[in-house]
Amino acid sequence: MKKQVTLFTEYTKGVWDQNPVFKQVLGMCPALAVTVSAMNGIAMALATTFVLTFSSLIISLIRKVIPTQVRIASFILIIATFVTIVDLVMRAQFPALSKELGPYIPLIVVNCLILGRQEAFSSKNTPGRAVLDSLGMGTGFLIALGSLGGIREILGSRTFLGLQVMPNAFDPWLVMILPAGAFLSLGLMMGFLNHMNLRKKDREERELVARHLQEPKMSLEHGEEVKSWS
Amino acid sequence: MELILIFISAAIVNNFVLAYFLGICPFIGVSNKLSSAFPMGLATTFVMVITAIVTWLIYHMILVPYDVVYLQYVSFILVVASLVQFVEMFIKKVSQPLYRALGIFLPLITTNCAILGLALFIVLKEYSFVEAIFYGVGAGAGFTLAISLMAGIREELELANVPRPFQGAPITLIVAGLLALAFMGFAGMISV
Repeated sequence: MKKQVTLFTEYTKGVWDQNPVFKQVLGMCPALAVTVSAMNGIAMALATTFVLTFSSLIISLIRKVIPTQVRIASFILIIATFVTIVDLVMRAQFPALSKELGPYIPLIVVNCLILGRQEAFSSKNTPGRAVLDSLGMGTGFLIALGSLGGIREILGSRTFLGLQVMPNAFDPWLVMILPAGAFLSLGLMMGFLNHMNLRKKDREERELVARHLQEPKMSLEHGEEVKSWS
Repeated sequence: MELILIFISAAIVNNFVLAYFLGICPFIGVSNKLSSAFPMGLATTFVMVITAIVTWLIYHMILVPYDVVYLQYVSFILVVASLVQFVEMFIKKVSQPLYRALGIFLPLITTNCAILGLALFIVLKEYSFVEAIFYGVGAGAGFTLAISLMAGIREELELANVPRPFQGAPITLIVAGLLALAFMGFAGMISV
């Protein structure tokens, strides 16, 4: 039996520690395809979060009824239903946005992030936890897509959320809004984040070693005290 | 002529992986070795062509006449999932060596967004039946080309000294970016 995790951690783990895009490398297709601007990225992430949360809720509610052999097919059907809802609502309420995202909204069905969460989490946990987990993963997805979209929009078309932020003297980097820019900027972002993580880990290791080296000396000087708090 | 243009457009100019970002998961996951990347490309092409045919028939023979177009995502994904299952059984029956060579890659094709993307694009671009088949073959050829190129590069990359933070996914993405840059050279060659 694994350690019981608090409800709060259930939410926060998806935001950073297991960020779907940066850490788990899931859901790459939409992450790369729609992040031409921050707005598109955010809209995509919200749509994905909606589908993820509601399908997780349903699947965790009926997780004991679904036979194991046909679980993948049932998951996909439930996901496809919610994707259809999102697509119809977006077409009715935000026609411009829906046109821009085009076939990538229906493609949420095959987003490995969603199916992955159902298989790994919702089908084994209670509805409350499944919803929290989905919201956390959705937030992580939102952070990733928003930042990637923001960077590409600022460098590629001088704007952020449609407002001009770079001076006119700044020549827009056309490559950023082209497909190649998506691969390059996500690759560089992941490399940078890995670098920060590795540095943090190295520092922690060094501190651990340093403390270890100091310990015997300390225990010699005031042995009683050390024992009491360690 | 028209058909050849559709083929070239899908295979090279608007490459599914490098221009539409479809099928990134296997593109990054299965492109370690050329010996597994190429069969994966071929299997995907095979499924793509059959998907193009079947979804075209379903869309024009069932969904449109009965006015239930809103069911297209649900029905397409069902078709893709059962097709992959069927292809898996078929290959197992016909050729054991090929089945063993493809192994776990076959079921993974279901969640390859390139397959569903192909079905959606065919509806979106209003292709005729024959055009849809050529589009499917072209898209599959493009996928095979991209994943094989990538695998070739990654085999060389194993010998290179990649900085620690960039090992794994980041360097793969950057290589894909450079490939996409190279493929941009074809842009504007055909406007379809």
